[in-house]
Amino acid sequence: MARKAVATQAKTQSNIPQFTKEQDLEAYREMLLIRRFEEKAGQMYGMGLIGGFCHLYIGQEAVVTGITMASEKGKDAQITGYRDHGHMLVMGLDPKGVMAELTGRSGGLSKGKGGSMHMFSNEHRFYGGNGIVGAQVSLGAGLAFAAKYKGDGSVSLAYFGDGAANQGQVYETFNMAKLWNLPVVFVIENNKYAMGTAIERASATTDFSMRGASFNIPGEQVDGMDVRMVHDAAKRAIEHARSGKGPFILEMLTYRYRGHSMSDPAKYRTKEEVTQYRQERDPIEQVKARLLESGFQTEEDLKTIENGIRAIVTEAADFATNDPEPAAAELWTDITISA
Amino acid sequence: MPQILMPALSPTMEEGKLSKWLVKVGDTVSSGDVLAEIETDKATMEVESIDAGVVKELLVAEGTEGVLVNTPIALILAEGETAEAAPVAKTAPEPSEAPVVPAEKAAEAAPSQAAVPAAPKFVADSDPDLPEGVEMVEMTVRQALNEAMAEELRRDPDVFVMGEEVAEYQGAYKITQNLLQEFGPQRIIDTPITEHGFAGLAVGAAFAGLKPIVEFMTWNFAMQAIDQIINSAAKQLYMSGGQVKAPMVFRGPNGAAARVGAQHSQDYSAWYSSVPGLTVIAPYSAADAKGLLKAAIRSPNPVVFLENEILYGSTGLVPKVDDFVLPIGKARIARKGKDVTIVSFSMGMRYATQATEKLVAAGVDVELIDLRTLRPLDSDTVIESVKKTGRLVTVEEGWPQNGIGAEISARVMEQAFDYLDAPVIRVTGKDVPMPYAANLEKLALPNVDEVIAAVNAVTYRS
Repeated sequence: MARKAVATQAKTQSNIPQFTKEQDLEAYREMLLIRRFEEKAGQMYGMGLIGGFCHLYIGQEAVVTGITMASEKGKDAQITGYRDHGHMLVMGLDPKGVMAELTGRSGGLSKGKGGSMHMFSNEHRFYGGNGIVGAQVSLGAGLAFAAKYKGDGSVSLAYFGDGAANQGQVYETFNMAKLWNLPVVFVIENNKYAMGTAIERASATTDFSMRGASFNIPGEQVDGMDVRMVHDAAKRAIEHARSGKGPFILEMLTYRYRGHSMSDPAKYRTKEEVTQYRQERDPIEQVKARLLESGFQTEEDLKTIENGIRAIVTEAADFATNDPEPAAAELWTDITISA
Repeated sequence: MPQILMPALSPTMEEGKLSKWLVKVGDTVSSGDVLAEIETDKATMEVESIDAGVVKELLVAEGTEGVLVNTPIALILAEGETAEAAPVAKTAPEPSEAPVVPAEKAAEAAPSQAAVPAAPKFVADSDPDLPEGVEMVEMTVRQALNEAMAEELRRDPDVFVMGEEVAEYQGAYKITQNLLQEFGPQRIIDTPITEHGFAGLAVGAAFAGLKPIVEFMTWNFAMQAIDQIINSAAKQLYMSGGQVKAPMVFRGPNGAAARVGAQHSQDYSAWYSSVPGLTVIAPYSAADAKGLLKAAIRSPNPVVFLENEILYGSTGLVPKVDDFVLPIGKARIARKGKDVTIVSFSMGMRYATQATEKLVAAGVDVELIDLRTLRPLDSDTVIESVKKTGRLVTVEEGWPQNGIGAEISARVMEQAFDYLDAPVIRVTGKDVPMPYAANLEKLALPNVDEVIAAVNAVTYRS
């Protein structure tokens, strides 16, 4: 329970970093897009339009939003695990392409051949979308290795969960990342449960920000439900990495409202816990309240934003529903490149 | 009027229980509000509203079991909508994407059930013609591999070498000798003993545009890294719809050395060559080692390059040309003959070559094929040969089950069955972990006499 105490402490810090109105508005838009997109994906899954696994990001929106706002879009690389839709949307990948990949259609970002867990964009420097828990950590350090090798000044942001934090290759990677001072920020999205296993039942120590201590990698625990806190910590961590000081660990204390994937027994946590996070800590409601309280936006203004986002999501869903499946010939393409 | 449909919790779910309604008719709901709880034998789920509006009607009573997926369970009157404008759908839309569909229905659901298109055929280039009177230089396989890397490092600044003891120690088997001196520590990189980690790191670097050469001290240690080789490197191009490449080489000694026991003696040829997305090369001669490693480093695909410790010190003639690159995927006919075909690769070629010498002396006209590349496998050369000789023996150090010989036997059976005059015989390592004792190790590996005996058997000469 020590974790909770720290989270509360983080929240009640007197010097909470403030957002400008524009930043709040940007965060609101990005997070709402993720929320509405994921709700729609859940609905389409329920209708049988999406198959297999579908890991929704609902509740964790502030993490990727705050970090991406603190990064250099198009320059800094990002890589994550299987809960990846939110990352792609914030990084600017086309929502139609993301949704069509979920439905396995030819217009999907991976031509329908990747699925929910496997989407990428060289242009936006998003490297997945990785289905093997923990693999993205060493891959992410490799992106940072390439940045240092080329001297291009970019930083790699490697996201993984509290579950992945117990994989062996994470520590192999921490060691090399510090040994070579690679420009990488490790973002541990601690949503308290690895599938259905609470962190206390899986981790000998649950302060994940300390997991780099024996490699001399600094770490910080952050209120991952407050986009301002996320953004502020990410700014510092990214600056640390970009300036040549090596890796940094950000532990984001966050929460996923939905099940691990779609089929979830919902027996491993109480309904009250979920309700409490939704009602008291929701990242989007926090920003919305600030925008309204400051008088910068009216309910009407926010409704207009909401409608705009709704239109984007509807367009994506329509596209993903009507786009054809990949041609049968696609079965045999993209296996290897002919030299 | 938006309908709320009974959702599926998994692609295999067909029906479930509507256990509880959390709203009633007349309630105002907004996006994300929980409307109902449903459950199956293994999962529960909250049904959230995707639309904002007023609950018009609950169509299924709570506690109802066996509610079919996609059945409308409630109607929401969207903002601005009037009740009259809303026709109630009589039937639920078909879950057209659900994988569990009866066969007849599946047939209608084209194109997802269309006939499997034919696989494209890989056609390898032939070996390049060498200039008239080209000088042939005798060198070891070790020198050939070293030269190949040095030349490619000079040619392309994105190429770098990473692995255990590759730099200051000059390579555990001296394959990377002097590379640190010429290219410096930025490009010749000693790693910690951390195969899983540095393999993954190298794959990430390849995603970002570099061309790593990853040396494994032996392929036996790469079993710790096999997830990154297969799940991250081999599958990346396909999973990304052709966007993200992993141009890189994983290399090191494969198979048995001598007296190093079970954990250091495994041959991974069959394992890696079964994986689409990988290119797998296993050279025998010094010239092939050089020409194919250069080709591997230039390949835009992830390449598994299987060397052999015992062959490192063997010598061969390598043509002295500016840029000696050989085609990937092309077998080499080491000796032309008409009586029997022997197919092998890597260390197996040593047994096969010695056996061939003795057999030829005894009057058997052997055709000896060195596969060189295991994926893509040059079936054509083997099939053409078998059509001529009608008899086939395969030789490899790996285990018999699901081995390279097993694969070749199957292809020959499929494509040249009518040409066979005898059953194919596989000469392989024995189906045991590698023993340490000198006598047992010798028994576990294939040998020249076994190859000769196999040839005698398929030619009915015994």
